Amino acid sequence: MSEKFLSLKNIEKRFPILGKEDYVAVTDVNLEIKQNEIISIIGHSGCGKSTLLNMISGLDAQTSGDILLENRHVKGPGPERAVVFQNHSLLPWLSVYQNIEMAVKKVMPELSSAELRERVEKFVSMVNLEHAKDKLPGEISGGMKQRVGIARALSIKPKVLLMDEPFGALDSLTRANLQEHLMRIQQNVKNTVIIITHDIDEAVLLSDRVIMMTNGPHATIGEILEVNLPRPRNRVELQSNPEYIRCREAILSFLYEKFAKDDE
Amino acid sequence: MKYEMIKKIVLPFLVFLLILQVWSSIAMSVHNFPTPSDTYVAAFGGVNANGEAMTGVLTDPFYVNNKDDKGIFWQIVESLKRVFAGFVLAILIGVPLGLFVGMSKNAQYALNPFIQIFKPVSPLAWLPLLLFIFQDINLTAISTIFITSIWPIIINTALGVKSVSEDYMNVAKVLRFSPMEKIVQIILPVSVPYIFTGMRLSLGIAWLVIVAAEMLTGGIGIGFWIWDEYNNLNYHNIIIGIIVVGLIGFMLDIIMGKIADYFDYTKKGRAK
Ligand SMILES: Nc1ncnc2c1ncn2[C@@H]1O[C@H](COP(=O)(O)OP(=O)(O)OP(=O)(O)O)[C@@H](O)[C@H]1O
Ligand SMILES: [Mg+2]
Repeated sequence: MSEKFLSLKNIEKRFPILGKEDYVAVTDVNLEIKQNEIISIIGHSGCGKSTLLNMISGLDAQTSGDILLENRHVKGPGPERAVVFQNHSLLPWLSVYQNIEMAVKKVMPELSSAELRERVEKFVSMVNLEHAKDKLPGEISGGMKQRVGIARALSIKPKVLLMDEPFGALDSLTRANLQEHLMRIQQNVKNTVIIITHDIDEAVLLSDRVIMMTNGPHATIGEILEVNLPRPRNRVELQSNPEYIRCREAILSFLYEKFAKDDE
Repeated sequence: MKYEMIKKIVLPFLVFLLILQVWSSIAMSVHNFPTPSDTYVAAFGGVNANGEAMTGVLTDPFYVNNKDDKGIFWQIVESLKRVFAGFVLAILIGVPLGLFVGMSKNAQYALNPFIQIFKPVSPLAWLPLLLFIFQDINLTAISTIFITSIWPIIINTALGVKSVSEDYMNVAKVLRFSPMEKIVQIILPVSVPYIFTGMRLSLGIAWLVIVAAEMLTGGIGIGFWIWDEYNNLNYHNIIIGIIVVGLIGFMLDIIMGKIADYFDYTKKGRAK
């Protein structure tokens, strides 16, 4: 396992504003992410979490600084950094199966049609959607759509899975269900995952490390919390686990005491 | 529900009676204006008010006396051929142009003023110019249809491209789609309903234009036929022509609508 897997070095993002000084959204971000690590990024709304993730995905370019994946500079978006979008972004005219197939076909053109089918089926069943594979996104629930989004992102064998509030639009029961899905998948096939969240319990439950961001402008990494909880994790048992309680409190105190935001 | 059905039949019927009433009173006040019953006889055959036996225009639509004297069916076929030629040409050129305008800001800046200027020009204004260029009835009619019906296709196709959400484009970027893959796999599926809306408007315009165009170019076709009947003082046939033109236009619109629904992903699945 390489220690230097994904590195962010002195990342800064400025947004030019007409007739004014640039808006410095994030600055001075330095972070090393290990292979197969799950990290979450938490911070108040508007602090620059999405901005940071978009630079890693390449959908937006940093103003300065370097992003290296396996010692190679990241330039522009690419399938080795798959994204699960908040609003799932499934193509509504393609079925569940076809949405995944489209991605696999493009990224692995060398697959024979039998191998292609096998791979798509595998990822459909990974998120337990065999029964809905021929349905259109408009015909399935929000939680199911997000599961397809995850399956599509994982099906292209990314080096990093980037998730921007993937469960943000879902009710808390569905949300818990998806967290379980994600943990179960991670148990079987290890992935490197960066997940943005607003939810403290979600951050602790899912991650190996929680990155806490200060408020913008000039937002940066405030603290990094190691979550030393064994896996598999059980959300019910965790409630009374001292380490879980410690982590929760650390995040709570960061967000509501050290970097409280009063304009919300 | 049953009550609704009855209303859907009875109410139009009442309006129909009202139209007949208005028509009859116009026929009484305008000298030589055909009455509804005269027109009926002219359409379906029988004995008219003057006691003359007539073959109906619609009961004998297939006759061919000579090159210039054919039944109404052949007139319509001739018009439809021109409409489709112009319409298909408008699609073949309008859709790519619309994609181009929708995808490139520069193309939009460059072309939009001209689209806006040419769009409202009446087909009758183009006609003399095109007749002068082509010196041929068919080519003139087809090119008039082309030039007046291409605008809604361009505009709606561009609108469809604009409606492609940023999210889909992000998916395409992450998967590193080539420009062609973006068009085929994302932009076209999103734009298809818009393109069909444009095509439907365009076909409507084409059918409007053909009647006017043929009146001026002469020869054969439903537009010319109506004009010819006017010159022959067969005023009842003008009314028959109007009704036939209306019915065919209505049918074309229904067919286009059905085709559009078939290709519109937003109309699929949800109803299940
Ligand atoms: N294109 C842009 N132009 C100018 N400012 C921008 C742009 N995109 C983001 N910003 C600003 O950068 C800051 C960070 O935005 P970002 O979307 O990354 O926040 P976030 O942490 O993801 O918030 P949320 O939790 O609400 O999603 C915000 O103040 C925002 O207004
Ligand atoms: Mg965000």
